[in-house]
Amino acid sequence: MGTRECNHICDESSPGIGEAGSTGEWRTNMPVIDETKCTASKLNKPTCFLCWLYCPEAVMTKGIPPSINLLYCKGCGICAQVCPVQAITMAPEKKNL
Amino acid sequence: MAIQRKSNIHIMDGNQAAAIAARLSRVQVVAAYPITPQTPLTEQLSLFVESGELKAEYVAVESEHSALAVCTSASIVGARAFTATSAHGLAYMHEMLHWAAGARLPIVLACVNRAIGAPWNVLNDQQDSIAQRDTGWIQIYCRNNQEILDTVIQAFRIAEQVYVPVMVCYDGYILSHTEMPVDIPDQADVDKYLPPYKPHTTLDPANPKNYNLVTLADPRVGVEGKLCHGYMELRYLLQEALQNSRETILDAGQEFNKIFGRDYARMFWEDRNEDAEITIVAMGSLAMEAIVAADMLREEGIKVGVLGLRVFRPFPKADVVRVLRKSKLIVVFDKNISYGSEGATCSEIKSALYGTYINASIRNFIVGLGGRDVKARELADATRKAIASLKETVINPDYPEWICQI
Ligand code: SF4
Ligand code: SF4
Repeated sequence: MGTRECNHICDESSPGIGEAGSTGEWRTNMPVIDETKCTASKLNKPTCFLCWLYCPEAVMTKGIPPSINLLYCKGCGICAQVCPVQAITMAPEKKNL
Repeated sequence: MAIQRKSNIHIMDGNQAAAIAARLSRVQVVAAYPITPQTPLTEQLSLFVESGELKAEYVAVESEHSALAVCTSASIVGARAFTATSAHGLAYMHEMLHWAAGARLPIVLACVNRAIGAPWNVLNDQQDSIAQRDTGWIQIYCRNNQEILDTVIQAFRIAEQVYVPVMVCYDGYILSHTEMPVDIPDQADVDKYLPPYKPHTTLDPANPKNYNLVTLADPRVGVEGKLCHGYMELRYLLQEALQNSRETILDAGQEFNKIFGRDYARMFWEDRNEDAEITIVAMGSLAMEAIVAADMLREEGIKVGVLGLRVFRPFPKADVVRVLRKSKLIVVFDKNISYGSEGATCSEIKSALYGTYINASIRNFIVGLGGRDVKARELADATRKAIASLKETVINPDYPEWICQI
């Protein structure tokens, strides 16, 4: 079956988790959240969430603490960079150890 | 058809005609960078915006690449966008030309045809737009200033129906800086002719969309669970849109005639082809010069007709074949050169005739590069030489002849 049914005339899609496919094997570092440092966890309030805002893959959820869908996280480390209290560290993937 | 209206004829150059046409088309965003010989067009448009005669956003940009990027962004969120450039400016837009066509955005661009360096030259030929032939834009060439005004208005109607951007090309200086009488249509009539732009893309924070992200070669199932086009299917759709745009172009020309009394329901202009044995082919203002050359040759009893190419993309293969069916000799004049081969319009004519029963001889002449003056007498001389070449080897039929002094 062809794609005639698709009524788009240029590439069009809705933003969604995993739009670009799962990350697979190539991530070298994965983000790990330290609950004892994360502001949202410490205050037990839905606050801060800069990691959620900046994650380019939209794989961070606004939970307390935030959780990461590692199936699609590409390990870019942006969340670790933007976290104002250094609650996120980039740990080497276990398969690389 | 009789149009009951007082004429509103003004004397103006081609750039002014294009600016007035953009104003009458109620463009909402103009982004352009000045470049000779297009500059007076952008100046006129910015004056219109400044004076409030044109309610549009004039975005001053730092380059032509940015100009078309602005138009692309404006068009994708639903604004009618216009830009204009020439030569090096068009070359600088090259990437964005692909982007506008690939995103299927109905932008209209006025290309004031000018030679490209090296060496520097600001005068006319058509190498600039011909070099952008394969970017997926519709290309329409004008012969005079009235056609420039009329074609810009039609271009928006065509572009917004088929969702393909349109390049309206006219010869630098010969048209851009030469004053001629031009009938300015009434705004109310243009409004009747040109309905508001309905984008196929939307910017809605409540319903966010991605446009033209990395698209894989193969079709894939999107997050909504539907099979989406792959890269190649989208390329096919662009080709299909251009292939099928002929009807829309002719319809836009016919409807234009109904309202304004000037008939554009044609892919090219014709002059005395009914009984012609020899057909001269030329594009843009050169087609007018060719008519004068045909007059000279007709006086000598040579049956010459003229095919003045108007729409270069999509190339009207079937229409050309219909007109050339009685020709014994086709003489093609090109103001461009595909180095190592021949003039671009000559290749098109040859390709249109391939596989038909027409077995005419074809001769190609390269003329008028970098503003070299083209006289009707020279076109007539070249045609006589082409006739002589049918009997004796006066020119090499495999490569174009150049009308220059080498
Ligand atoms: S590493 Fe990058 S992709 Fe992964 S959660 Fe952090 S910001 Fe998102
Ligand atoms: S940026 Fe850091 S502190 Fe803020 S929510 Fe994310 S992990 Fe917690």
